[in-house]
Amino acid sequence: METRTLDVDVLVVGGGTAGPLAAIRAKEKDRNLRVLLLDKANVKRAGAIAEGMDSVNNAVIPGHATPEQYVREITIANDGIVNQATIHAYASRSHDMIRKLDGWGVKFEKDGNGDYAVKKVHHMGAYVLPMPEGYNVKKVIYRQIRKVGVEVSNRLTATRLLTGGGGRIAGALALDSRSGDFVVVRARAVILCTGAAGRLGLPASGYLFGTYENPTNAGDGYSMAYHAGAELSGLECFQINPLIKDYNGPACAYVTGPFGGYTVNAKGERFIKSDYWSGQMMLEFWRELESGNGPVFLKLDHLAPETVTRIENILHITERPTRGRFHEGRHTDYRSDLVEMHISEIGLCGGHSASGVWVDEHARTTVPGLYAAGDLCNVAHNYMLGAMVFGEIAGGDAVDFLDGQAHAAIDQDQVEAERKRLFAPLGREEGFTPAQVEYKLRRMVNDYLQPPKVTAKMEIGLRRFAEIREDLERIKATSPHELMRAIEVHAILDCAELAAHASLYRTESRWGLYHHYPEHPERNDAEWFTFVEVRKGADGRPVCFKRPVPPYLFPIDEQDRDAYNRLRIDAPAAA
Amino acid sequence: MPATIREVPNPSVRIDHGKCIADKGCRSCIDSCPLDILAFDEGDGKVKMAYDECWYCLPCEHDCPTKAVTVSIPYLLR
Repeated sequence: METRTLDVDVLVVGGGTAGPLAAIRAKEKDRNLRVLLLDKANVKRAGAIAEGMDSVNNAVIPGHATPEQYVREITIANDGIVNQATIHAYASRSHDMIRKLDGWGVKFEKDGNGDYAVKKVHHMGAYVLPMPEGYNVKKVIYRQIRKVGVEVSNRLTATRLLTGGGGRIAGALALDSRSGDFVVVRARAVILCTGAAGRLGLPASGYLFGTYENPTNAGDGYSMAYHAGAELSGLECFQINPLIKDYNGPACAYVTGPFGGYTVNAKGERFIKSDYWSGQMMLEFWRELESGNGPVFLKLDHLAPETVTRIENILHITERPTRGRFHEGRHTDYRSDLVEMHISEIGLCGGHSASGVWVDEHARTTVPGLYAAGDLCNVAHNYMLGAMVFGEIAGGDAVDFLDGQAHAAIDQDQVEAERKRLFAPLGREEGFTPAQVEYKLRRMVNDYLQPPKVTAKMEIGLRRFAEIREDLERIKATSPHELMRAIEVHAILDCAELAAHASLYRTESRWGLYHHYPEHPERNDAEWFTFVEVRKGADGRPVCFKRPVPPYLFPIDEQDRDAYNRLRIDAPAAA
Repeated sequence: MPATIREVPNPSVRIDHGKCIADKGCRSCIDSCPLDILAFDEGDGKVKMAYDECWYCLPCEHDCPTKAVTVSIPYLLR
């Protein structure tokens, strides 16, 4: 095992969705720069869209929606707690990004006139653009990475960021999970695109890797940003999804909804007006299960056989193509059977809910020279296309940041401290396996953090997490691969603790199930119309504080404010 | 040379060694796996599922040039 040192201008960590667009933009803007794109897997198949995507969830296309309408919809869907400038930064570039991807070869659904065939799934406006042949997104993007000359390095797991004078970013440290090499990357700017914290709760199956998110996304970026001094935002606004039971993947209502599919309870009745994923929708879903009306199902058996075939030809070839194999194994046929759904374990995800690293409309974090984009950053409901747009914004802004900046000096104490932390499990004669500690930690996350949130439970949870922190010193690894898993457990633990602290801090209920806190049952705008932020304090412990919601660019009408709280169908729908 | 990698029991990723061309240097499935659970056994020349960490996502199967890879749903979820 050796130590390798790399010198680059811009380091992009994470080669999934946002990362490639960030790297491409930086390289396009200044071809003389060294731009390095790292991934713990292989950029060709890294991230949430390794098998493509079945639709754009938030297309803002002229004739169907305006950026202003979209900003308002997401403001309401996220119960008012948004920085509209960031949502608008996305919305105003959404159409251009779709056209760019179209030009590169990504296929979107079009009508007979060649216009984008936008569908309505959200509660208010129309923003869903199907991608029935969206399985090739990664290949298309990879060709662009090669074309512009971005350097790629695979199987490198970044574990800590380096900071220099004035807290400015200096680079990152990484583990080569094949060779076991320790890699020191000096960089003048770093863009974190490491995705959601998808391995936080334990799936009901008990299988550590049976997650909704790509399980490579263990929360590394949240942990790295936190330890580098960055501000994290909305970690109490959990990601909880309605998923195919046991399979734990999306059903997917955005695809089936426009074809006529919908969610029903065990009586076959509709109970929600919109299948768009929001905390408010998840709360109604949870109430239905708790009320004895469950299980909840996705209903497609009323559709014409050729319609079902079209749905299968999308769901069984894109995003999570093993859905078909799962249904086959359970003898579930959409034509005659309902698809049993359940509520997922918790995660953190800026792109689906709003829990991420704080960024402004330029994708800048609060650490100079450090950027975040994609599911890691706190731009609410940003999804795949938002990840790409914010990747581009970060890549462009990072190049401007470099102007006149030399590399920050590397602090050898930071390097050696991380070498010690990272490699310690290899030197132990005996100890726990990484999987044992991860299993226990994530089971405790379920027991103590899964909503409804309870103060006494979250406090017990924090005590259990503190005990598990001591167990980190007793993990044994026998290979570089296990070392990667061991260091991921550190990140998962950071995410669990930060999520508990942020949840305890916000003493109200908001975002439906995402922050359902029955001791504080009401939304309380007088005290809590604010972001809850967390950062590392001087004593090394998390500090929570409020950050005001910036003045809206587009004010919300009083009558629209609670639109997402009116998702329940009270009387049974007419047959 | 004897096998050097112990395959997990009931692997969700199965390789048809009659079709697999890893002996010719192909590492397609090993390279595409996001969780890095597939490994080439230098001892018996076979690709094996070395870690029980499969996300049943399919790049290994789709990227295989000889269609030697088959992924099934892990038992706990099946």
